[in-house]
Amino acid sequence: MENEIIKPENLVYEKPKLMNDNAMHYCPGCSHGVIHKLIAEVIADMGMEEETIGVSPVGCAVFAYNYIDIDWEEAAHGRAPALATAIKRLNPNKMVFTYQGDGDLAAIGTAETIHAANRGENIVIIFVNNAIYGMTGGQMAPTTLIGMKTSTCPYGRDVALNGFPLKIGNILAQLDGTCYVTRQSVQNAAAVRKAKKALRKAFENSMAQKGTSVVEFVSTCSSGWKMSPEQANQWMEENMFPFYPLGDLKNVES
Amino acid sequence: MAEEVKLMKGNEAIAHAAIRYGVDGYFGYPITPQSEVLETFMAEKPWETTGMVVLQAESEVAAINMIYGGAGTGKRVMTSSSSPGVSLMQEGISYMAGAELPCLVVNVMRGGPGLGTIQPSQADYFQTVKGGGHGDYRLITLAPASVQEMADFVGLGFELAFKYRNPAVILADGIIGQMMEKVVLPPFHPRRTDAEVDAECPWAARGKKAGRKRNVITSLELDPAAMEVNNNRFQDKYKDIEVHEVRYEEYHCEDAEYMLVAFGSSARICQKVVEIARAEGIMLGLLRPITLWPFPSEILSQYAYQVKGMLVVELNAGQMIEDVQLAVEGRVPVKHFGRLGGIVFTPDEVLDALKRLIINPTK
Repeated sequence: MENEIIKPENLVYEKPKLMNDNAMHYCPGCSHGVIHKLIAEVIADMGMEEETIGVSPVGCAVFAYNYIDIDWEEAAHGRAPALATAIKRLNPNKMVFTYQGDGDLAAIGTAETIHAANRGENIVIIFVNNAIYGMTGGQMAPTTLIGMKTSTCPYGRDVALNGFPLKIGNILAQLDGTCYVTRQSVQNAAAVRKAKKALRKAFENSMAQKGTSVVEFVSTCSSGWKMSPEQANQWMEENMFPFYPLGDLKNVES
Repeated sequence: MAEEVKLMKGNEAIAHAAIRYGVDGYFGYPITPQSEVLETFMAEKPWETTGMVVLQAESEVAAINMIYGGAGTGKRVMTSSSSPGVSLMQEGISYMAGAELPCLVVNVMRGGPGLGTIQPSQADYFQTVKGGGHGDYRLITLAPASVQEMADFVGLGFELAFKYRNPAVILADGIIGQMMEKVVLPPFHPRRTDAEVDAECPWAARGKKAGRKRNVITSLELDPAAMEVNNNRFQDKYKDIEVHEVRYEEYHCEDAEYMLVAFGSSARICQKVVEIARAEGIMLGLLRPITLWPFPSEILSQYAYQVKGMLVVELNAGQMIEDVQLAVEGRVPVKHFGRLGGIVFTPDEVLDALKRLIINPTK
């Protein structure tokens, strides 16, 4: 019998054209790979691959530029929204996004994030919130949950010592400059499909000059959390989602 | 076209010259004594004429990173600040040196350390020419001594920055920034078109066109062998700049028996010192480094065979003197005279110091 699966008319899925063949450095089970794939798909679906400039952060995603085959600028820690501000203002026809982790966006880069969003820069901010510093070996993040153990809060995050987890998405949703702030996840197929729609809306908003769009991904870090990918997904659903509920925090239609 | 002579502050000249030079973007944050730069841009509204982008950033940290972002797309972008603000920019400046991005940073120096004073100073010499940020890098550093040079060095700074893909600095001080003088502004150059930027900056992140590899603006390289190649490329570039871009001005040096070495506003005062000294029969000359890096070491080395001593005159506690001493290698006495705290020396004070420290030194 002829192998039906390789016939072009039976193609149901292929590797996104903008994902190259470089071996990823991300750990097994990490959310970054799926989110990268969605970004690559959305850019290609919009036909914007020649007009898009990405800004990568400092953190695990510093090497995002090695995997998605577009032009990139690599920012200093926390400064991606400042870079993106100038890139977009100087090149208003380009599609510009930042890709940032929780330490980058909500600790060292809080000022740049809030002010870029408050100016309503026509950029997309993609925020991967896994409540831990992955690249440096699992330290406490601004979004680390109360009681959650990391290498710099080994007995669990203590409010008296470390303060509260920062719901930066809620802050950004209150700013007049943002048009769309949404919290998504990619732990199962249904979530991935929703997340892709959210990314598409965010990128379209940026080209329609509606203001700043923020797509937060509540994510796992199996290595930092010291869990299997499956355990991490379950722990995220049970602990992260109640504190960082999924859904749109703001969606200005029109 | 007839030359347009205007009367304005040095800070204002920076902004007017940038608009006329076809600069694409300015990103800055207010700080005394340079706030007129941003104020002038905002009053001129160049976005309505040349299309230039002007933005008041939320901090100097953001401003320098906006410059990084803009420069990474091949645009001519600049910022300005004064000493404490430039300290905040050092991270971004180091990253730009590491990513080989052209840009122009203007520092209208005030006294430090810390908040220090809003009065003029030249105490950021070390910060500018010896590093400031982390890593082995150099900044092309231009020291204007007049409002005219504030305007002229905008064009020169961008020319050198793009020629070598390296940040350039205009190291001015509160005197040059605030004083008013006649200035001839450059004629209007149109901003480069997108096609011209594409052609001039094939390395820039401007959207990956089919058929070429993606452009990535980064200073990161984790492979030590590859990073050493990068570092060596930077060092080769710096050597090239040292060979080709040294600039200085000689004032009555040809028959000088003694020499003043001074940059920026100090050099303006030292011109007067030379005139007074010569009226008294002292054969005094002035060598003014225009580029502080690359430093005019060779010409100073030659003058060490001609003069009996050099006085390095700076509005700091003795910074450029180290480069003068390195250049003359102990062949003649080299002394320093400076005032601190925002006090500016008079020509008579400088002449007294010359007599006391160089001509008739007390043993």
